[in-house]
Amino acid sequence: MKSIVNKKNKIKGCFADKVFDVLNFIVLFIIFFLVGYPLLIVISSSFSEPTALLAGKVWLYPIQPTLAGYQAVIHHKQIWVGVGNSVFYTVVGTVINMVITVLAAYPLSRTDFAPRKFISLMFAFTMWFHGGLMPTYLLVRDLGMYNTRWALLIPTAMNVWNMIIVRTYFQNSISESLFESARLDGCDDFTYLLKIALPISMPTLAVVTLYYAVAHWNVFTAAYIYLQKQSLQPLQTVLREILLLSKMQEVSVDATAGETNAQQMSEILKYSLVVVASIPMVILYFLIQKHFTKGVMVGSVKG
Amino acid sequence: MKIKQTNVVSANTATKKKPHKILAEMKRNWQLYVMIAIPFIYILIFKYYPMLGAQIAFKKYTPKGGIWGSQWVGLDHFIRFFKNPQCWTYIKNTLAISTYSLVLNIPFPIILALCLDYCRSKAFGKTVQMVVYLPHFLSTVIVISTMNMILDNRIGVVNNMMQILTGSKVNFLGNAEYFRSLYVWSGVWQGTGWGSILYIAALSGVDPQIHEAAIIDGANKFRRIWHIDLTSIRPTIVIMVIMKLGTIVTVGFDKTFLMQNSVNLRVSEVLSTYEYKTGLGGARPDYSYATAIGLMLSVVNFAMIVTSNKISNKLSGSGLW
Repeated sequence: MKSIVNKKNKIKGCFADKVFDVLNFIVLFIIFFLVGYPLLIVISSSFSEPTALLAGKVWLYPIQPTLAGYQAVIHHKQIWVGVGNSVFYTVVGTVINMVITVLAAYPLSRTDFAPRKFISLMFAFTMWFHGGLMPTYLLVRDLGMYNTRWALLIPTAMNVWNMIIVRTYFQNSISESLFESARLDGCDDFTYLLKIALPISMPTLAVVTLYYAVAHWNVFTAAYIYLQKQSLQPLQTVLREILLLSKMQEVSVDATAGETNAQQMSEILKYSLVVVASIPMVILYFLIQKHFTKGVMVGSVKG
Repeated sequence: MKIKQTNVVSANTATKKKPHKILAEMKRNWQLYVMIAIPFIYILIFKYYPMLGAQIAFKKYTPKGGIWGSQWVGLDHFIRFFKNPQCWTYIKNTLAISTYSLVLNIPFPIILALCLDYCRSKAFGKTVQMVVYLPHFLSTVIVISTMNMILDNRIGVVNNMMQILTGSKVNFLGNAEYFRSLYVWSGVWQGTGWGSILYIAALSGVDPQIHEAAIIDGANKFRRIWHIDLTSIRPTIVIMVIMKLGTIVTVGFDKTFLMQNSVNLRVSEVLSTYEYKTGLGGARPDYSYATAIGLMLSVVNFAMIVTSNKISNKLSGSGLW
């Protein structure tokens, strides 16, 4: 970010530059507003009184703040089955992802590994060409993973792009001399990977972990294609039923006291549900955010 | 870097030399072979085997015969696809959405990155960044329902505003003609911030001395953006354009499928949703026919990447490989 400081005009800025600064601020503010306002509206609505929400009174902040929508979410059993499943898929899936990604990235970062070029090319090719939906479906079915939790864990065990990010980081950040001296000290590859390479790559590994976790948390298509059983469905499938298909029978029964506002409750529940379903990944995003530029930048170096 | 280069050379020469050198390398690096084994097998099974499985596009797949035992039928499924009068609608829908989104998703992240790079208030810039990255982490279902909530005809905030300003409401969601715009602009909303990261990284790599020299020469910020920044990040732009071109016939299945309803089906049926419906969605699944459609998409995408890369290499001297 040093360049920004340098770019600031120390010589008295000319007229065009002043125009630029004003325009730049306006454009940035518009972008900020357009992206942020929908998020704000959803959050504010989720805390508002259903009647005020339905009357279109929520413009900026919650009107007659209430937690009714969140109570409705808490009492909705199907949502929590989805949350439980998604936590499982996210945690187990991400662990599998990280293990396999590191196992691929480390050898491919080592320049003295003879089949390195061949294997790198072979992996990279799969980013640009793939067999398609049906052959993959048939494979998953023939392997007996259809309608089992494995279907959401194994077919996506590694993402080549994420592997390249980690590999590039290993390659660029770990000096050759460090490796040579470790080797002379009798350090083998497993020890080197665990004791040196992984600890100094933590920022990039954190970013890649986030990428994988988000992918698992947000998975919809694979679940829709491979899972039939209600008890295995991840959160996104449940969200689709409630938010997009408006299947809401359950909520009117067990979350509301009076029948008159059942309709209103199911409306406000949607807003609260959007917030609840997004929170885990948003928290993870804030925790790992500071490493972004580094993690992505390294990945952008072609290799 | 230099050390790395020489090592590549020595590794290459090592493989070309006598077999006992290869054995020596394997003995020395046996642990690396052990490590790569699992990912290698994973890629073979889950990425390369389906490529072999795609042969059923040229066969009449039967559950009994499976992938290998079914009968060859040549190009029957492809011919059937192009004889279907609907196929041109699907192709048109697909290309309309993908070019629409390509045209917007290339310049917007660049503009955002430049704005952030020239933002004079560091705190404001950081706040903007924090907010614009966020939608990238929301799921497709969440993005679509947020859009539905904002644009809703009865209680949506946009329509309430329009009611006040213009006196009338627009039924965005119940009208097929808005489908493409909703699809593309919600994608812009979700992806612009994240897409800008690469350019921000590239811009921070621009040599500040060039800017200083330009300032002394009297160049204003508009000119500096044009002559210095955009020129410096051109390789990044080229790579992003190539990668986007490589998805020109892929309009994401999940978002289209999730937004699809009986009202907008006329414009929302794209090749990937049609592939799904013929292969898995309908009462009489036709695996081979769906595979043929999927294979065409893969081949066209791959051809687009290779060609655009070749063209870019020739014109600008940079590309993906």
